[in-house]
Amino acid sequence: MARVVVDVMPKPEILDPQGKAVTGALDRLGFSGLTVRQGKRFEVEVDGEVTAARLAEIRDAAEKLLANTVIETFDVRLDQA
Amino acid sequence: MAPRIGVVTFPGSLDDHDALRAVGLCGAEPVSLWHGSDSVAGVDAVILPGGFSYGDYLRCGAIAAFAPVMTEVIAAAEAGMPVLGICNGFQVLCEAQLLPGALIRNERQTFVCRDQRLRVASVDTAWTSALTLGQEITLVLKNGEGRYVADADTLDRLEGEGRVVFRYLDNPNGSLSDIAGVCNRRGNVVGLMPHPEHNVEALTSPSLDGRALFESVLDFLTARV
Repeated sequence: MARVVVDVMPKPEILDPQGKAVTGALDRLGFSGLTVRQGKRFEVEVDGEVTAARLAEIRDAAEKLLANTVIETFDVRLDQA
Repeated sequence: MAPRIGVVTFPGSLDDHDALRAVGLCGAEPVSLWHGSDSVAGVDAVILPGGFSYGDYLRCGAIAAFAPVMTEVIAAAEAGMPVLGICNGFQVLCEAQLLPGALIRNERQTFVCRDQRLRVASVDTAWTSALTLGQEITLVLKNGEGRYVADADTLDRLEGEGRVVFRYLDNPNGSLSDIAGVCNRRGNVVGLMPHPEHNVEALTSPSLDGRALFESVLDFLTARV
């Protein structure tokens, strides 16, 4: 079965308190110079072949439900692995 | 006959019973509505209560915004029916795009639970007409994701159109422009993070300031009939 991955990230101008907390914790552990922003990854198992139309449909689903485009950006891609 | 005000129960709603009780105490007839129903049972106004609908999965309010009952709530709101979203209900209204902006995690990552001082910034809504512009009120505030954000254009539009309804007096969560509540262009849909339904009885609350929201909508509905 084919798999499509949807990555959702907070927009750059939106404060990301979770990423900030992780960044702080990394620094305290001695991992300096690393700035983290935290997002979400959705793995979508797709019945049948992933055509361009199917990808467009998944992009529509991502825009409607998986991401809130007021605060997040998203990226849809076929998982080749 | 007293106006009928519906309160939607989603899986994970917490404050639906407090909202129903507040509606009754303030003189309207409370009506329980179920998220899975495709009808709002002919009510005159709808309240989306606080809580953690669908476990806050995905994003707060994101799944509830697509619950079956919301199709009719959205249609009724667009036709002018008063709708109030409290806390999680506010998040649902933003996710349903009935209100602009979004609520994200509090600036300092902590769950805030306190009596919150607010400034009334608009009385031209179905839910705030019984308040006075500039009045200071105190309502219960309790949330982890109450930080109001919107892009600069949206904020300018809200300010320009007088659609900020409540502002925090000591901003507890990093909300932009101290925004605690906003309304739609028509003023019939209002969302706010603080909980007016918890401030209606002397036995359990230090202020009774929440009553004014329910009395406002009662005035609105009575005047219209």
